[in-house]
Amino acid sequence: MVVETATQTVKAGLAQMLKGGVIMDVVTPEHAQIAQEAGACSVMALERVPADIRKTGGVARMSDPSLIRGIIATVSIPVMAKVRIGHFVEASILEALGVDYIDESEVLTPADERYHINKHEFAVPFVCGCRDLGEALRRIAEGAAMIRTKGEAGTGNIVEAVRHMRAVQGEIQRLRGMGDEELVSYARDIGAPVELVRETRERGRLPVVNFAAGGVATPADAALMMRLGADGVFVGSGIFKSQEPARMAEAIVRAVTHFEDDQILAEVSTNLPQAMPGLELSEIPEPERLAQRGW
Amino acid sequence: MSAAGEPIIGVLALQGDFAEHAHSLARAGAQPCEVRTAAQLAAVDGLIIPGGESTTIARLLLQYDLREPIIAAADNGLPIWGTCAGAILLAAEIEWLDRPALSLIPITIERNAYGRQIDSFEAELEPGALGGAPVHAVFIRAPRIREVRDGVSVLLQLDDEPVAVEYRRLMASTFHPELTDDLRLHRRFVERCRQARPRDHAGN
Repeated sequence: MVVETATQTVKAGLAQMLKGGVIMDVVTPEHAQIAQEAGACSVMALERVPADIRKTGGVARMSDPSLIRGIIATVSIPVMAKVRIGHFVEASILEALGVDYIDESEVLTPADERYHINKHEFAVPFVCGCRDLGEALRRIAEGAAMIRTKGEAGTGNIVEAVRHMRAVQGEIQRLRGMGDEELVSYARDIGAPVELVRETRERGRLPVVNFAAGGVATPADAALMMRLGADGVFVGSGIFKSQEPARMAEAIVRAVTHFEDDQILAEVSTNLPQAMPGLELSEIPEPERLAQRGW
Repeated sequence: MSAAGEPIIGVLALQGDFAEHAHSLARAGAQPCEVRTAAQLAAVDGLIIPGGESTTIARLLLQYDLREPIIAAADNGLPIWGTCAGAILLAAEIEWLDRPALSLIPITIERNAYGRQIDSFEAELEPGALGGAPVHAVFIRAPRIREVRDGVSVLLQLDDEPVAVEYRRLMASTFHPELTDDLRLHRRFVERCRQARPRDHAGN
């Protein structure tokens, strides 16, 4: 009997199992427990939630392995963790710890200004951020098995996530109407491999699962991203920077499951704990915008 | 049944790869629909509980008051098939978990029993009762069926361990047929739903 591990099918397959779900940023095992209780389908371990990274500054890195081990021991849902863009040693450490997915993330301080990690070399699957179709397909070409919008993490402002999701979906719509003769120059224009561009046209969607991330602060934000075509939602600071994390987490999970049911959305949006304080994008100077990191 | 005589088969759509199952069902001669409420459940000829996170789906079944209606529908003869997370939810006993979710099939199942994600795998299974070519099976953070009790028949095995079983009108598989083009299990389930008297489970 032939048994194969670490194939693209099993890497992308785990992301398919997470669809329709909410992946929550957590710093500690206690956070992870609250997230799981509230119905998160996975948790994302990181050193500080994005709002705190924004506030305290300094270099943001992979979490301490003791926290990641503690989170893995605490929950039965899959555990993801973030590494810096290009930091393949942090990625190797996370793989050795047994995390289920790695997020090569612009939220942490980039380690390499030229290259993202060659993700094909790893048995553990990767998720990466994107702002448009070209960036999504470049990451997939490097081996990413799941994509998310970048949004603007730690702001509690959904506007950038909407921009990135609309960009990806709009470009796919345009692509569907293109003839073969247009494909090669379109692939060149967006800087993506022509084979992946063709596959995207044939499927009418990205070749891998595509979640929304960056700025989701309320159940309505989460449902908005689902209606724009996201397969699921990452929530970072939105949960543990709200006044009552458990209630906010549960409300966002419910909004993602029932994203087309306006009655339920009205119900879960009623008398919510105070959401995280938001940031207007124009108040954030260009160099401090996390979505600009990566290419 | 739909106007075209196809069974209407619901896919529990709380979380997981329900869209993949709906796609396979449509190709296997059924009319798929998503089920998120008890009212939607009452209108189907069969139900698939998809792959996803068993902890998450089990919790949402309780929070959204779907556990009791699903158990009642199964008692009334509704065919139900669970894949991976769905198989865990159907099992009477779940190792490392205090409380079974639906407890409808007399098997003992262990969650994440092959290891973590890096241990997820693809394998070729002997087709057994399905006949034809080997079954290409995708196992993702898969559970293992540790014990089967009276009345459960084993449909497919991996290294002498059951990976797909049947019990009365219920089916459970620890892998994901919805991630491949192999429609044999979906066709088998559609046929079961066709044979079960349409909607007698809903009381009309």
